[in-house]
Amino acid sequence: MRSLTLWRGAGLAVLLAVVALVPLAGNIVLTQVGVLVLMYVGAAVAWNIFSGFTGYISLGAAVFFGVGVYTVALITKHLNLVGGAVFALYPLGGLAAAAVAVPFGLIALRVRRHTFVVVTIAVFFIFQLMAYNFSWTGGASGLIPPYLNWDQATVYNPFYYTALLIAVASAVLAWAIWGSRFGLQLRAIRDDEDRARGLGVRTMRVKLTAFVISGFITGMLGGLYFYFQSDALPQYAFNPFFDLTIALMAFLGGFGTLAGPIFGALLLEPYLGWAQQQVTNTYAAQIVLGALFLIVIIFLPRGILPTAAEKLTAFRAIRQRRAAGRATGPPPGLPVGAAAAGSSPEPTTRSAS
Amino acid sequence: METFLRAITDGVLEGGVYGLMAVGLTLIFGVLDLINIAQGIMVILGAYLSYLLWTHLHIDVFVGLLITIPAMFILGVVIQYLFIRPLRGRERTSMSLLACYAVAIIIEGILYQAFGSNYLSMNTYWTSPQATVKVFGYYLPYIYLLGFALAVVFVVAIYFMLYRTQFGRSVRATMQDHTAARLVGIDVNRVAALTFGIGVGVTAAGGMVFGELNAFNPNTGYDLISRLLAIVILGGMGSIGGALGAAVLVITLASLVDVYWNPEWSTVVFYGALVLVLVFRPQGLFGRKEARAQ
Repeated sequence: MRSLTLWRGAGLAVLLAVVALVPLAGNIVLTQVGVLVLMYVGAAVAWNIFSGFTGYISLGAAVFFGVGVYTVALITKHLNLVGGAVFALYPLGGLAAAAVAVPFGLIALRVRRHTFVVVTIAVFFIFQLMAYNFSWTGGASGLIPPYLNWDQATVYNPFYYTALLIAVASAVLAWAIWGSRFGLQLRAIRDDEDRARGLGVRTMRVKLTAFVISGFITGMLGGLYFYFQSDALPQYAFNPFFDLTIALMAFLGGFGTLAGPIFGALLLEPYLGWAQQQVTNTYAAQIVLGALFLIVIIFLPRGILPTAAEKLTAFRAIRQRRAAGRATGPPPGLPVGAAAAGSSPEPTTRSAS
Repeated sequence: METFLRAITDGVLEGGVYGLMAVGLTLIFGVLDLINIAQGIMVILGAYLSYLLWTHLHIDVFVGLLITIPAMFILGVVIQYLFIRPLRGRERTSMSLLACYAVAIIIEGILYQAFGSNYLSMNTYWTSPQATVKVFGYYLPYIYLLGFALAVVFVVAIYFMLYRTQFGRSVRATMQDHTAARLVGIDVNRVAALTFGIGVGVTAAGGMVFGELNAFNPNTGYDLISRLLAIVILGGMGSIGGALGAAVLVITLASLVDVYWNPEWSTVVFYGALVLVLVFRPQGLFGRKEARAQ
């Protein structure tokens, strides 16, 4: 068991090292796509901290994202900030999003399941509408950040490392929450909220805390996105596709698991980035995305990683049983597999079902 | 006074059409326990189908319903059979929602591919200036009245089906308790498929009227579904009368905001009303608490 943990740690370290070295390759398009991939990793992990752990499917993450975008955009505009100083504002974007998350959560978390999903969608549309219609948001023409006169070849590197930092920090945070008392409370809510409440979990407070944490991370990413993409437009800051995409990433990799959302984002975002480059055929890409979604839901309802882990465990169990069978020696005249099947009822029931 | 009366008539008549679409949504929710996020884009699909029949075959949009409604009904049954029925297990609720979302994305993509993103409006007899009647000193297009009448006919038909037929009895039984319905010999899967078909089928009628009243493109589906969801939640999920009442109420309200304030803010009325109601009455205006219990 200890060797397994060691292998995992080593694998993670290698992965991180590779990811950290990507901008040094000097390929600007690669770095640019990398920023988006890391952003989505962070957003999917943040979404999973609330939705994955509690089972409340939120389609309102774009609210936090957009609030982050506009907070950073407005402060930059009014203080006339330029260059690297804007990077210092990302936590402020996160704080603003967290501040929005409190009343949002207090209203939305009163209802469950379908109604919750719908309320998050409704709040999302209210925010998008406000961004369109208030004069101080710049309306449909949006806000533009100061021009970055950095070296064209490495202009995306600071964004890349900031996104990497946020993504890694949120993954570590998710991991810390997972095993903590707080994380157990969240998962108890997911399994049976009424019972969790009966056992003394202050469900509203716990849910709200997770909601706010998730909002904070997403808001910071919004701030990053504003400067990276050089615009704050209502349709991109408050984008329904954003909600859907991170939900799909989490479900693809494994809803409510730690590694699932990261894996899903790493898998899906490069495809989406590529699809966006195919200007002539974006709609075909959209159809493919929908079809992919359906395939995942029907055939891998628990996501790729949990299903794969299940298969791996089953495979290991069979191998172990075989090895054990060989050690004790199978009864003469019986093939190894049959002896293994005879020693445990599981394989027979599985084949019968 | 005149503008006020106009806003009220427009709102009530258009609200009836929204009511029809919302009834389909709430019926599906009641029986299948899932929110059909694709309902909005299906309304738009219905509008495009009517448009196609009119421009290429010159079939009047009302006659065309004889084709589009069965077509949408079959589409609904197929979607339920392929993508909703196989879902099992603890995450079934969220999975079914996401499956509907995926269906919506696919339909949207296909519509974009086929028609592009330009706004379309139907140039039929019903949108022409002579198809109007003068009431309260202004010209009210016939289509408002006919659309409202159509919605009333369909809603009455759905009520009749629910409360006067054997099938309706099984639908109501399934809405109350799946397991018990199955125990008394109701084929719940069949009921679910047919209900989904009916819920989607009425979008053909709703879409036709919507298309006559508004310009639309595939993206309009998002706007529509968010309105419909607000209506259904306001009325109380699974309550058919509630959906109708809420539809007429909020559309009239939005219509008043349109006239007296600013059309851009009328959408806020939907969501503002929704949030307010949820704060004070989480089960919706006409909903029963038990109906939402897990």
